Amino acid sequence: MKKSVLLSAGILVFLTSAFLSQPPAAIAASTEIVNVSYDPTREFYEQYNAVFRKYWKGKSGQDVHIVQSHGGSGKQARAVIEGNEADVVTLALAYDITAIEKAGLIKKGWQKTFPSNSAPYTSTMVFLVRKGNPKNLKSWGDLAKNGIGVITPNPKTSGAARWSYLAAWAWAHREYKGEEKAVLEYMGKLFRNVLVLDTGARGSTNTFVRNGQGDVLLAWENEAHLAIAERKNEFEIVTPEISILAEPPVAVVDAVVDKRGTRELASGYLEYLYSDEGQRIAGKNYYRPSDPKIAGEFAGVFDLKVQLVTIDDPLFGGWEKAQNVHFADGGVFDQIYAGK
Amino acid sequence: MSLKGNIWIPRLLTGTSVIFVLLTLVLPLAVVMAEALGSGLDLYMRAVTDTYTAKALHLTLAATAAAVVLNTFFGLAAAWVVTRFSFRGKGVLSTVVDVPFAVSPVIAGLVFILTFGRLSPLHPFLEACGIKIVFAWPGIILATVFVTFPFVARELIPVLEARGTDEEQAAALMGAGFFTIFRRVTFPHIRWALLYSVILCAARAMGEFGAVSVVSGHLRGKTNTLPLHVEILYNEYRFADAFAVASILAVAAIVILAARNVVEYAAHKEEETNVR
Amino acid sequence: MKRLLPPDAASGARRPSRHFEDTGETMRRKAGSRIIPGFGVSLGITMTFISMIVLIPMSFLALQTSSLGWSGFWSAALDPRVLAGYEVSFLCSLTAALINCLFGVILAWVLTRYKFPGRRIMDGLIELPFALPTAVAGIALTAICSDKGWIGGALAPLDIKLAYTRAGIVIALTFITLPFTVRTIQPVLERLDRVYEEAGLMLGASRERVFRKIIFPEITPAILTGFGLAFARGLGEYGSVVFIAGNMPFKTEIAPLLIMSKLEQFNYGEATAVALVMLLVSSVVMFFINCVQSRASSFIKE
Repeated sequence: MKKSVLLSAGILVFLTSAFLSQPPAAIAASTEIVNVSYDPTREFYEQYNAVFRKYWKGKSGQDVHIVQSHGGSGKQARAVIEGNEADVVTLALAYDITAIEKAGLIKKGWQKTFPSNSAPYTSTMVFLVRKGNPKNLKSWGDLAKNGIGVITPNPKTSGAARWSYLAAWAWAHREYKGEEKAVLEYMGKLFRNVLVLDTGARGSTNTFVRNGQGDVLLAWENEAHLAIAERKNEFEIVTPEISILAEPPVAVVDAVVDKRGTRELASGYLEYLYSDEGQRIAGKNYYRPSDPKIAGEFAGVFDLKVQLVTIDDPLFGGWEKAQNVHFADGGVFDQIYAGK
Repeated sequence: MSLKGNIWIPRLLTGTSVIFVLLTLVLPLAVVMAEALGSGLDLYMRAVTDTYTAKALHLTLAATAAAVVLNTFFGLAAAWVVTRFSFRGKGVLSTVVDVPFAVSPVIAGLVFILTFGRLSPLHPFLEACGIKIVFAWPGIILATVFVTFPFVARELIPVLEARGTDEEQAAALMGAGFFTIFRRVTFPHIRWALLYSVILCAARAMGEFGAVSVVSGHLRGKTNTLPLHVEILYNEYRFADAFAVASILAVAAIVILAARNVVEYAAHKEEETNVR
Repeated sequence: MKRLLPPDAASGARRPSRHFEDTGETMRRKAGSRIIPGFGVSLGITMTFISMIVLIPMSFLALQTSSLGWSGFWSAALDPRVLAGYEVSFLCSLTAALINCLFGVILAWVLTRYKFPGRRIMDGLIELPFALPTAVAGIALTAICSDKGWIGGALAPLDIKLAYTRAGIVIALTFITLPFTVRTIQPVLERLDRVYEEAGLMLGASRERVFRKIIFPEITPAILTGFGLAFARGLGEYGSVVFIAGNMPFKTEIAPLLIMSKLEQFNYGEATAVALVMLLVSSVVMFFINCVQSRASSFIKE
């Protein structure tokens, strides 16, 4: 009996492993690269990839194939760390790429590799309000008034929500001259006005746009434009006087390109994002081009006068610190809800 | 219900069920279809016949088929060993079979990442053998098999237990081999339960999102299943497209069930004629 | 359960079984060995599958949690916010499972006993919640239940809120777990021999008494199984619930969401600690139900 148990187990295990093992991939340079990106960039990269393929064919004669992957930025970073072999990552937060760096897959100093902190396009957080702005919401202060329903995703699970939270913090810090207690009180009021905390930016947009909850949605500028395109004449965008400069960065994953021999192609792919053509595609997809010249062409779309605070401002001290102070378990954000 | 004719009870119960089904099942389905077709039939057809949709459908069907075959194979073996024999640790064995139901889909994907991913102690060994499991199709199949693991065994065990083992013993004593006993004695009793469980398993495998999402890596055209494709379209503000693709899954479920009804109907007819 | 086995099978557990071809040998030792063939092979297959799919991966989960140490484990698993999450998940999946038991019995009964137009279609719809991706179900249900939706809009004047409350979570879980109860009860009702019912009715028992004394005991094990499966599945459900729940901390935040938010912070240890607690709870429930069920079925056999 024991023999037959072992025999059948052995045969099964052998079959499985024989089925799964493949000969090690050829070392020859591949012309396929994987771009692991975050959620609403699919349309942008679809257009960009077509342009890049043509450009690269003209430059080197190679036909390249680009495999796209989209998901929540944090989840995508985790997947890369856990073994999803991306040649390039184009994520929402530097924090997520730093996590990949810490896992040893990307070399230190990656943020200096490409211009503008390796962020070829930027965005910011805006208010999406119902047509005609019936509650007359103009500034961050208005959102904390009684009777206003605010929709934002949960900062614990959504990168967008973290940006909005920090933008509100930056406004309050200036408004209350840096007095911590008043800032906290404001943040408490703001989040008490939140009706629904969805897990992601898209979920929040849906709650606000389709299910009609709340008076104002805190949203990515580009997603606010997409929401308006989806439902014309129902919403308008309000850009607050102060907001945050979101820099979705890009990086080459060193460990993967060295293994596959795709470094040249991967770098070329990211570099071309800074070309006039790449920048214009970004602008058309509602991302602010980092090249001021091209950004000027889109002055009709973006409010270029808004004062933008960066994450590296001493107020926040970079993502690492902001994450630990505000969003880690037991951090400031948790205290807002625990003290309720 | 011809014996004593209170006709109100059947009507009341039928009415209740119809209302319940309308509210809980038909209404959501109607929303899905309305959203899917909301932007016109042209757009619907374009979304459904898109290359990436086709590739995702292909992968979903492959994963479903793999899950059904593997789980049927396992379910039959497990049900056979648990109901036909007595051995130490049987209770533990049948509880372990249920574990995948008790695991949140969020965690179901994570366990495979922890087991086969880059951070796992097994990873260097797997890489040396050239085996890639997570973020490739084997991981998707593994996750799908995991979430549907207990279905077949769970349905078969009660049926086989209720039958007892007398008939198999008699057949064995008369000199029948394993396959003869299984085919001639056991199988006729379990075929309906098997059909039910295979359909549950297939439906669940097609629609699985949580676990597969974690292990897939979302590589478009490579490791994107249909439910993952729906999510990407939704996140892209292509609402109608997302629901159009989702409706493929709903329609597939209904087609499978229609097929089951046909099989059942034909078999019942056959049984009736045999009795005559 | 043991009663169903051949009386001699238990004693033969540790003896080697032989291949069936050598009949002489088998006939001689038949009193002491397994009569039915296939033990070794089926046990081997079962164990291999269980190890590869369940045991090995689960041990890596436990390994990850052990990196926290005892005190870390307890502070992660018993944090007040996490406790509130367990409460929401536990109460909502319990309610949904109970609703599904009630309607599961009614639906299974109607589908097996009555003929009415549209019965096959109704039967065909039962598996829909499995095939529809959970997120789609969540989005569709929220659209229906929000105060701008078909049902939510009708209830809004009465001041009843469905979406973004615990009621919404219960609705989502009821939808997701419906097939479990219906499809475990239905086969049992189909197999049930109607001779006893008819005899009971002929002898003058009331319909209600026949149901209570004859049918209900027969389907009790199936109801329990269905309940256990629905409850366990509901406890872990994430994809559909996050859309309809509103996710307000301490109010409508479910435990699986807390696992996700810990993972988002790259905090594997604490995430797996919470997961392990939930796994333990639902395993205990399943185990308890298995025990009750086998007792119930042996009671019936007597």
